[in-house]
Amino acid sequence: MEILIAIMIGFLYASGIYMMLRRSLVKLIIGIILLGNGANLLIFFLGRITKGAPPIIPGDAKVFTEAFADPVPQALILTAIVISFGLQSFAIVLVKRAHTVVRTDDLDEMNATDEDS
Amino acid sequence: MLTAILTGFLFSIFLVFAGRFFKGKLSLLASLIPLGLFIYFFQFIGPVSNGEVIMRSYQWIPSFGVDLGFKLDGLSLLFSLLISGIGFLVFFYTSSYLKGHQYLDRFYGYLASFMGAMLGLVLSDNMITLFVFWELTSITSFFLIGFNNTSGASRRSALTALGITGIGGLLLLAGALLLNNISGTYSISEMLSMSEAIGDHEHYLTVVLLIFGAAFTKSAQFPFHFWLPGAMKAPTPVSTYLHSATMVKAGVYLLMRFTPVLGGDNIWNTSLLVVGGITMLYSAVHTIFRTDLKGILAYSTISALGILVFLTGLGTREAFLAAAVFIIVHALYKATLFLVTGIIDHQTHTRDVTRLAGLNKVMLPVGIAGILAAISSAGIPPTIGFVGKELTYEASFHSETLMILLMVAIVLTKIFLLYAGFVAGIKPFIGKLPEEHAQVKSPDFVLWTPPLLLAILGLVFGVAPFIIDTPIIKPVVEAMGADASEIHLALWHGFNTVFILSLITIGIGTALYFIIKPSEKLEAAAGRFEFISPESLYERFNRIFIDVSNFWTDFFQNGYLRNYISIIILFLVVLVGYILIGSTNFVIDYHSLSRITVYEITATLILIAGIFYTVFTQSRLAAVVAMGVVGLAICLIFVFYSAPDLAMTQFSIDTLTVILFVLVLYKLPKYLKLSDYKTRLRDGILSAVFGLLVATLALQVIAEPVNKEIGEYYAQNAYLEAHGKNVVNVILVDFRGVDTLIEISVLSIAAVGVFGLMKLRLKMADRKRYQDSQK
Amino acid sequence: MRTTIILKTASNYLLPVLLLFSVFILLRGHYLPGGGFVGGLVAAIAFILHSFANGLKKTKELLMMHPGYLIPTGLAISFLSGLVPVALFDLPFMTGLWSHDPVAILGNIGSALFFDIGVYLVVVGVTLTIIFTISESA
Repeated sequence: MEILIAIMIGFLYASGIYMMLRRSLVKLIIGIILLGNGANLLIFFLGRITKGAPPIIPGDAKVFTEAFADPVPQALILTAIVISFGLQSFAIVLVKRAHTVVRTDDLDEMNATDEDS
Repeated sequence: MLTAILTGFLFSIFLVFAGRFFKGKLSLLASLIPLGLFIYFFQFIGPVSNGEVIMRSYQWIPSFGVDLGFKLDGLSLLFSLLISGIGFLVFFYTSSYLKGHQYLDRFYGYLASFMGAMLGLVLSDNMITLFVFWELTSITSFFLIGFNNTSGASRRSALTALGITGIGGLLLLAGALLLNNISGTYSISEMLSMSEAIGDHEHYLTVVLLIFGAAFTKSAQFPFHFWLPGAMKAPTPVSTYLHSATMVKAGVYLLMRFTPVLGGDNIWNTSLLVVGGITMLYSAVHTIFRTDLKGILAYSTISALGILVFLTGLGTREAFLAAAVFIIVHALYKATLFLVTGIIDHQTHTRDVTRLAGLNKVMLPVGIAGILAAISSAGIPPTIGFVGKELTYEASFHSETLMILLMVAIVLTKIFLLYAGFVAGIKPFIGKLPEEHAQVKSPDFVLWTPPLLLAILGLVFGVAPFIIDTPIIKPVVEAMGADASEIHLALWHGFNTVFILSLITIGIGTALYFIIKPSEKLEAAAGRFEFISPESLYERFNRIFIDVSNFWTDFFQNGYLRNYISIIILFLVVLVGYILIGSTNFVIDYHSLSRITVYEITATLILIAGIFYTVFTQSRLAAVVAMGVVGLAICLIFVFYSAPDLAMTQFSIDTLTVILFVLVLYKLPKYLKLSDYKTRLRDGILSAVFGLLVATLALQVIAEPVNKEIGEYYAQNAYLEAHGKNVVNVILVDFRGVDTLIEISVLSIAAVGVFGLMKLRLKMADRKRYQDSQK
Repeated sequence: MRTTIILKTASNYLLPVLLLFSVFILLRGHYLPGGGFVGGLVAAIAFILHSFANGLKKTKELLMMHPGYLIPTGLAISFLSGLVPVALFDLPFMTGLWSHDPVAILGNIGSALFFDIGVYLVVVGVTLTIIFTISESA
């Protein structure tokens, strides 16, 4: 199964970078989102995967008695997911704004700083 | 003692708010600060001359062994007195010199900060503290040199000075770190006891070179001397204070301070003798080719610094004694000459020595000060200058090696310095007053008192040298690690070889003054060699540096996002791939992996299909939906592998992302096919290779053993310490609660950003409407 | 926006249920999957669903204030929950404080719970601000 997850990570990274290399603004955002998902999955994967043992102390116990999934990567990813939502919405709005001001979807036409160029 | 050091900084902060009160008549009050400090340090003369060393230590970064350790011994005291004493006179003088200047408050602020930094520098016992104050003096000096910030030349000189002394500061830091590595301490007093161990260490030479680098750049030794003449673009009080009396002596101070730690070695002594010797002779000769009073003084200052380095290099008790006396001598006469020059400039608006003469008739007190200083500089009795010169000759005379060569060098230097002193201190005042200066007004007493006071002090110390020998000079020599019990300064040393040399010096020097007249011709003659001077080499180096960085920036920072990404990815792939292929063998232990089930294959297929659809569809709506599917597939993975919290969050965020996209989708630009087939193929290959690299890397990492200590800790303590059973949540709200607090702050900023951008759009629309209506 | 009667009617009943559910997720977070982040997101989705069915204006009327105000409120609650141990017990910032006896339904109450409530409010505020701002001007 580890191989499958590694394949997924590879696909997510590859597609994310590919989309970011496009000149279209919307594709750029989609690329960032895919890449972010890939990074989340990578962190999750590197923390080692465990099946059927969530990091929740069962019932009346006070400490874990059996194996459990590592909670640290999970906590990291949880915040990352929420933050990435903030990032995405900001990026979308930025693209929208840029589009209305510059009137182009081509990133190559946006590399001048002067508005009147 | 910390308060004393901080006073200058506090005062300049105070000036930020109360600056305008200090621009007018109250500006004289500013000089009370250095005066207070001078009195404070003055009362230490008694204890220090009895051999006491006052130490103060305040905690700063104990874990790195860095504390605010201060030490007041003879050497520090001498410098502290110079800094606060001359500081007082300079502050006083400035209130008239820059009267009514628009930024007088700012000037006082810089000056006060500089004073604080300089005091900190000479009092620090900790090398890191020393470094911090060292850099602060460079920075404040930068602002002071560039004070006339509307002049391009000023700005350039300020940058050059900052560049050179800044590099020196970095060398000092490196030296400090290396010394700490060797001795295990940053405290200079503790290093004293380890001087032998440091001397035998394999990195001894490196340490010495680093300290030399710092000292030579700061004290303008050849070939780093050229920033100092440039620094004369600063207002005269600055030249007086920083570039003759105090800051430039910081390098000498550093060498003296480290003489007991690093000195005594052949390398140390010889290098100092050679560098100091070249510097003093080179710049003393150079004074002949200058016509600007300040230029002459700048070169003679460099020469004097060379003498100090030279004396430190001699390394004998006599030499240390001579150096200690010469510091006072030089501070007194050079500050006087600078202040006098400032007055001349202020009143006649010229510093060209060929156009100045006979000013005695219009400014007698200034003339007296100038002439006294020139006499002291020439080493003519009964001034302190004579005592200093005698000691210098005596020290060189008793050198064991190359005595003749050293004597010739020092005598020649003194001859030229005598010439320079006469030109700067005497020539403007005697002779016939030119027509153009006939109407020159006599200066304000606030201007002429400071130089006169300093000049008279030079005379008093000369007549009665016992005033300073035991209280001040003796502790300095002791601080440099030499026995000082037998020190008695005297004006008259008897009729001996040294005295004959003195007479020769005075004779030839005076003759030189009458033979050589400063002229533009001479200046032009020197200009011909300008192209090989270190200064022009430095400037050429700078130009090349800027050209190369321009080219480099244009090449890489070309403004195309995808080029940046491509370059970064390409480098990553090549470097990491190279190491991966070279060092690991791709062995995957299939037994250690968990079994593949149907669910997981399904999830993988959904994800891959979703990705392909997202990338290749021509419809934006389809792409967004496919992206949602990708998110849900990841959600499934989280469910399979024991992360219910993640699954829930991913699910909600996925929903929200799709909603967000759908909301703005029709306002977003349409997909365009902007790149041709070839580019897409190239990008495709690059990203595929990158994906492969990441996947391989991930599998390789998985094969390594893992350290789960942190996770275990949180898990075992979640209920016992934090009363929670969901460990992920406990980490978020309890163990790493501060991180979460910051995270939600970031989220809030994103929301504010979105809100702001949207509202801004409306305003832009308004502006457009307005512009349209104007057409 | 044209919506079906079914969605409109359903969303009116769904809103309170979903909100209740989100609070449930928030409160149980310390013991079982859930917590402020997820709870906040669920609550936000509940409001967004309502706005889709009934229009943004109705939802805003229901909320009675701009959701942006929830952000500083939440931040303040979280920050204060960390500050309480400093102010009252002279303990380091964000030291966990706990009641001795379990309270009905909630179990032990501690400063961490208030912190999580702050997170919940911030997440609701941020999400709604973003979505509302965008759909307003879209």
